[in-house]
Amino acid sequence: MSQRLRLLLFGAGALGLAVVLAWGFAGLPSFGDFDGRYGKVLAHSAVPQIKATSAVGATTLDYRGFDTLVEEFILFTAAVGVVVLLRVQRAEDEVPAEPEAVRRPTARSGSLRSVATALVGPVLLLGIDIVVHGHLTPGGGFQGGVILMTALFLIYLGGAHMNLGRLRPLGAMEASEGVGAAGFAVIGLGGMVIAGAYLENFIAPGAVGSLVSAGDLPLLNIAVGLEVMGALLVVLGEFLDQRLLMRKGQA
Amino acid sequence: MTAVQAVTLIVVALAGTAVVVTRDPARQALVASVFGLSLAVLFLAFQAPDVALSQIVVGAVALPAMIMLALRKIIRREEVNRGER
Repeated sequence: MSQRLRLLLFGAGALGLAVVLAWGFAGLPSFGDFDGRYGKVLAHSAVPQIKATSAVGATTLDYRGFDTLVEEFILFTAAVGVVVLLRVQRAEDEVPAEPEAVRRPTARSGSLRSVATALVGPVLLLGIDIVVHGHLTPGGGFQGGVILMTALFLIYLGGAHMNLGRLRPLGAMEASEGVGAAGFAVIGLGGMVIAGAYLENFIAPGAVGSLVSAGDLPLLNIAVGLEVMGALLVVLGEFLDQRLLMRKGQA
Repeated sequence: MTAVQAVTLIVVALAGTAVVVTRDPARQALVASVFGLSLAVLFLAFQAPDVALSQIVVGAVALPAMIMLALRKIIRREEVNRGER
């Protein structure tokens, strides 16, 4: 294809895209003008119906609980896939690069290590706070779970390897991932047994605004938090393990 | 649209451009982290705190960390391959 023909083809394509894009933008509602009926219904029924002051949390875990269940399993499957791929590779042709005795701390900068270590506690608390208040304020299992992951990642940045030393979280994280994923499904089963439909809210909703309210939403949030934290840490841990490995014959 | 919203939109546009313009992948991961943070501020300015929270942790922390780790692994493999030849 000649240069000229290519440019011509690109020009026609770009022009077509510009026209369709401009046409699409012209049909958009004006800024800040929201006319979604479903959204309005949900926003007004979250507090009276589910006793959850976070309409987003009520939507993702109750009205659209099944979507969240499937999303959870997507994350679970992705994490398992990464682990399977990396572990097979390691079994085949890799050995630990550094013996445990001579392993260096991960961060050489002293200030980085002290800041990271000092942040572990506060970030851990923030993550737990976001998870357990998921039905009251913005946040929830997913956001809190990722923050919890960050807290444990800071331990690594602070100088300790993920799978070594006194804290050996990787095995516990695999358990956390599994328990979280299974917990969500089991709580759904509870709805089927007690309330008659899968993922139906089967716990008394309680008083609006209190920590224990909105029925099974706090439990679901905790399950999602455990699952998200576990899955991300398992993937991170596998990658970090890889960093310490090299092929046989190189060590 | 308020002034804050307009400013965050411009900052996000600039940060996004910066991500594309950066050529070194390791540096790009860090610029992408800043981009993720500015996007989180944008979500907050547009009254979506839930999305903003997700964006902070995923866009500014988890994604760049994963990119760095994957890069590290690729570089290690390239070193090994070069050594074998």
